[in-house]
Amino acid sequence: MAADPGAGTYLYAVAAEETAGREDALPRGGAGRESPLPRGVAGGEVRAIGRAGLVAYVSTVPLDQFGEEPLRRSMEDLDWLEETARAHHRVVEAVARETAVVPVRLVTVYSGDAQVGALLEERYDDFARALARVAGRQEWGVKVYAAPGEEPDEPEERRGRPAEAAARERIAGEEAPEAGARERAAGEEAPEPGKTPERPGTAYLKRRQRQIRGREEAWRRAGARAEDIHGALSSIAVASRRHRAQDPQLSGRPESMVLNGAYLVDRERGEEFARTVERLRGQGGDVQLTGPWAPYSFAVLDDEDGGPRGGDLR
Amino acid sequence: MTFERTRGDRLAAEGRLPSERVALVDLLDRLLSGGVVVSGDIVLSIADIDLVRISVRALFMSIRESEPIRAYEPVRSREPVRGYVTRTDRDPYGPED
Repeated sequence: MAADPGAGTYLYAVAAEETAGREDALPRGGAGRESPLPRGVAGGEVRAIGRAGLVAYVSTVPLDQFGEEPLRRSMEDLDWLEETARAHHRVVEAVARETAVVPVRLVTVYSGDAQVGALLEERYDDFARALARVAGRQEWGVKVYAAPGEEPDEPEERRGRPAEAAARERIAGEEAPEAGARERAAGEEAPEPGKTPERPGTAYLKRRQRQIRGREEAWRRAGARAEDIHGALSSIAVASRRHRAQDPQLSGRPESMVLNGAYLVDRERGEEFARTVERLRGQGGDVQLTGPWAPYSFAVLDDEDGGPRGGDLR
Repeated sequence: MTFERTRGDRLAAEGRLPSERVALVDLLDRLLSGGVVVSGDIVLSIADIDLVRISVRALFMSIRESEPIRAYEPVRSREPVRGYVTRTDRDPYGPED
């Protein structure tokens, strides 16, 4: 395609040509043919670029939105971000319904179709390996929340994983164990004459301490439960990954999230996976299943781990 | 917003959803920290890390603007408690003599 200086080529996903659906299912670069795929980002029509046995799904985007500088602004605009993310997702989903697909990260833009073609040739082996890894598999998401009352007190810790939070609390607690002990001793054993045996402030302190110890315990329990669930689900999955726990403000839930897991599961084991999630419910705290998703969390090229633009797989 | 998300989550738990019903935050988990990272010519200098940071900031800012009370109140009320956890000798709730 002749390079339009004001337009770029937005890449959604890559699939293998031999499995990329039937002639009538998905387009393969036939520009004139009506696309069965949904509209892409910025309303662009999605087309396919075939090269070296791979197919890249792309659409043309205006660079006044998708150029480097405009993108920095665009990404800060939640409406724009949502619209773009959903359009990207619709295209990836549509392709994933037909064939094994390797989704590409949001807003990956090239200066033209020729560069996308070159990418397919250069990275053929990497894409082929990634496709083999996700073929016949789906991603499931599982979110586990702390039960009411298992919340940590510190807002900061709501964002960390409970195991780490528990470790931090232990360290924090070691800083001043003496002071707490002195306080207790003063209140319990040596009430000054003329004063009530236990001052209201001390009673409050003790109550708070019990409360906090109880919460630490509950928070650790929530963390242990998350580890158990993650372990059980990982044993069914061929790969698993933990996303950052969603902040309560983003999840829209008052409870802290203790697990935000993604699991790559063989299609035939999807039912088993869902049943296992069902079984793991009811141990306290809410467990939510989302999916099946296209394998977003598991679409990595082999050199990404060590490369300068390495994907974070933790 | 809260209501819709929660409801969306519940619906999502029941089975596959049209993409409009997928919670945005779940989608962004995947679209910003998942997916193959290949260098696009145009966005070459926007590192993936930056995208995550920028977008999450966008989400937060938007939510805070639309729900100022919900966003700020818990932080204020929790502040003193935090001091108590780590410094038992200087508890703001302690006895006032």
